[in-house]
Amino acid sequence: MSAQTLNRRNRELWLLILALIVGAGAMTLVALARDNEQPAAAVPMMALVGAAYSVAHVIVRRAAPQSDALLLPLAAILNVLGLAAVYRLSPEELGPLQVTWTLVGVAFFVATVLWVRDHQILARFKYILGFVGVGLLLLPVVPGLGRTVNGAQLWVAFGSFRFQPGELAKICLVIFFAAYLAERKELLAIASRRIAGIHFPDLKHFGPLLVMWGLSMAVMFFEKDLGSSLLFFSIFLVMVYIATARFVYMAVGGVLFAMGAYIGYQTFSHVQARVEVWLNVFDPRLINNESYQLAQSLFALATGGLFGTGFGLGRPDLIPAAATDFIFAVIGEELGLLGTTGILICFMLLMARGFRTALQSRDDFGQLLAAGLTTIFAIQSVIILAGVTRLMPLTGITLPFISYGGSSLLSNFILLGLLVRLSHRNAAMPDPAHTAEILIGGRT
Amino acid sequence: MQKQIYRVGVALVLAFTAIFLQLNYVQIFAAERIAENNANPRELLQRYSVKRGDILTLDGTRIAVSQDTGGKLRYRRTYPEGELYGHITGFNSINYGNSRIEASFDDALLGDSGVITMQDIEDQLFGDKDEAGDHVRLTIHSRLQEVARDALGGNRGAVVALDPTNGEVRAMWSNPSFDPDPLASHESKEAARYWRSLKPRSTNSPLISLATSGGYPPGSTFKVVTTGAALESGRYTPNSDFPDPVALEPCSESEPPCMPLTNRSLTNFTRTACIGGGRIDLFTALVVSCDTTYAIIGLEIPSDVFDVAEGFGFNQNIGFDVGAETSRFPDIDDDDEPLRAYAGIGQGDVVATPLQMALVAAGVANDGEVPRPRLVREIISPTGEIVRRFDGETMSEAISAETADTVTEMMVAAVNEGTGTAARIPGVDVAGKTGTAQTVEGANPHTWFIAFAPADDPKLAVAVIVEHGGSFGSEATGGAVAAPIAKIILETDRSIRRW
Repeated sequence: MSAQTLNRRNRELWLLILALIVGAGAMTLVALARDNEQPAAAVPMMALVGAAYSVAHVIVRRAAPQSDALLLPLAAILNVLGLAAVYRLSPEELGPLQVTWTLVGVAFFVATVLWVRDHQILARFKYILGFVGVGLLLLPVVPGLGRTVNGAQLWVAFGSFRFQPGELAKICLVIFFAAYLAERKELLAIASRRIAGIHFPDLKHFGPLLVMWGLSMAVMFFEKDLGSSLLFFSIFLVMVYIATARFVYMAVGGVLFAMGAYIGYQTFSHVQARVEVWLNVFDPRLINNESYQLAQSLFALATGGLFGTGFGLGRPDLIPAAATDFIFAVIGEELGLLGTTGILICFMLLMARGFRTALQSRDDFGQLLAAGLTTIFAIQSVIILAGVTRLMPLTGITLPFISYGGSSLLSNFILLGLLVRLSHRNAAMPDPAHTAEILIGGRT
Repeated sequence: MQKQIYRVGVALVLAFTAIFLQLNYVQIFAAERIAENNANPRELLQRYSVKRGDILTLDGTRIAVSQDTGGKLRYRRTYPEGELYGHITGFNSINYGNSRIEASFDDALLGDSGVITMQDIEDQLFGDKDEAGDHVRLTIHSRLQEVARDALGGNRGAVVALDPTNGEVRAMWSNPSFDPDPLASHESKEAARYWRSLKPRSTNSPLISLATSGGYPPGSTFKVVTTGAALESGRYTPNSDFPDPVALEPCSESEPPCMPLTNRSLTNFTRTACIGGGRIDLFTALVVSCDTTYAIIGLEIPSDVFDVAEGFGFNQNIGFDVGAETSRFPDIDDDDEPLRAYAGIGQGDVVATPLQMALVAAGVANDGEVPRPRLVREIISPTGEIVRRFDGETMSEAISAETADTVTEMMVAAVNEGTGTAARIPGVDVAGKTGTAQTVEGANPHTWFIAFAPADDPKLAVAVIVEHGGSFGSEATGGAVAAPIAKIILETDRSIRRW
């Protein structure tokens, strides 16, 4: 291991320790503030989480020594702050469960780092992954499996075990898109005609776009969820744009989606309600019914002010679904604008490291994969953050690494593992594309 | 692809920036406005998680107490004495907010008196599950308050009694009153049912304290103020000599003294000359409550009367612990001269609350210095230490000590040999003045009495009003109806404090 690599890993270690100290501090504050609810239970919880991250660090040190030193610590600090917030809301039930999910998540992270030695392997399974992704996405529609929560049918249940397949589907689909676009990007980028001064590709190249549009419409109409639909379609459009530099795909896709969304708005009362609530959240007729949740979220954020009430000292438990979709409002009430800004900065840094990984990738697939994973992580964060702060209509999805939930933590840790893998490869391997160029005199 | 990735990154950074700006708006700029929405239960839950301090009378009766319900809103306020202290404690209600002491001493009762202790710092850092507020000890004496209620009986009216030396209100009772207890109910429907029965929008609602908000013509009790002004002006002495007609006739029909700019005459209440014999001196005019004399003074020195009235608290914000309406003495233009005559006898546009008239008595009793009336003696921590003590202060100087002495002498004579004989107490000189105030045409007059005793070392000043003379009806006078009530109050305080 070179001195530079060693330095990088040690930096990661120190940052991880720092993140865990912050987490332990947060857990201590929660335990002190809620002293009648067994503060001692927080100690084994933090010990387990600390052990899990130690293992993750050792594995990264061995298997991906040249990977980005910030990715794991940034995810860790978001994760432990989220854990403290979940523990604060439900110290007996969801808190310990979230620790379990964190352990499982970190295990999947480790597995990803260990098994996906070369990301090109993933490209080989692109169609399988694509089908699995679509299958997972549509799984909640299967009669007898799907479960409806808050008007949207995004859950699947096997007996007492429930999960949100959409969370895992997003990774499968991003891998598929990346592989597919890396192969076809030149083709898709060819402009065959000009209409009104804009270069239009051949109509047949709009085929994949229409397929994806159909899929996202299916999600919207069968699962009744505009947010997930928007998430999947927009990640596809962004990746097409990155691959082809043709903004026209995004424009056409945007128009198509807007049409679909309008029909969805007209068709589903709960989508209309979401918009109505967004526009008139403090309307006295809505505030104890439809807009109750969003209003409580805003009350929590407003109560927090600049410094917050202090961890464990506010009343964010008044917000329905506080531990999952509205976890950010919990942090806003108790840690204030300083806390929420800190979280935003961590999200932006994590996003920045993801895009850096993408920019440094030596091959098209790696580049598209890193950019796609980073983008879907960032868009998902933006959608839910904008929702709970009333910047746009609310869509119930989780806040990566922070919200309570097994499906969410698991898939985000896999996503993180892939980014760590890709960043290691960038630094460790010679540029294969560049090599190929020299060998065969051009890129294919 | 580098360029596109860069652009997507910039777009997402902009999205995060928009969220950051929105957070600044929600958490800082609009935070107060958002958080104070009624649908935000935080403040309510916080307030009701604190064991609100007791409200105690001077002699230690707990008249507002917090009860642990064990529910989500943990403490419920109860008022064991029912309507006896309704207008003093006010209520602590989920539906209707707080009023009176519960409102003006809310911070103290919630344990936020502005004095920071180590306990507060610890609570701030680690939260506190069992927060308790401070107790508020009033200046009201429970026995005097009960006696005031019993003495007024079923009559509409008010009794205010205060210590003239420091302004501590010893009794303040208005009939009708209300029971704050149902309003403090955590059962919203129970509170609402009682609230509606109180007809909160009616001007006759029992929620209104006649003692502090009832505006009445003070009638002849105001002659105490006019006398003070006359003596202060230097133009009159107790021996000053006035004509003693049956009425002041319009100047168009009569020689001075007469009523200018009108064709209505001002007739004595008795419809006779006050003492007969053509002349009357100022001293006697107060003793027998001679209207024509005071109408003449009102006409002759209007600005002196105005100034002294303001000195006693008219047109001033009294700044009372539970709030009080401002009493009014009009600044009368030259073209309304007849009103000045009526103002001199406390009629016309003069409007006074019973509290204000108690302050007139207290001001005379206290060598001309009007004390600021107070209801709260001290604030006591849950552990029993006195956190804050309130001391008496002078609100204003209405008349000189010398004038006050003279007015006192005249008021003693009014009780001993004039209109107020019903307030005589054997062995004690009582200074007092009756009032029988005309209201609307056809209605029986309001009956007033203001007094203080002992005259040489005043301990208690009292004002009593019985609306429309109570059971006496058209025969009612201040001397017959209100003076006996004042006497009972004075006697009770005498036996409590042994003066």
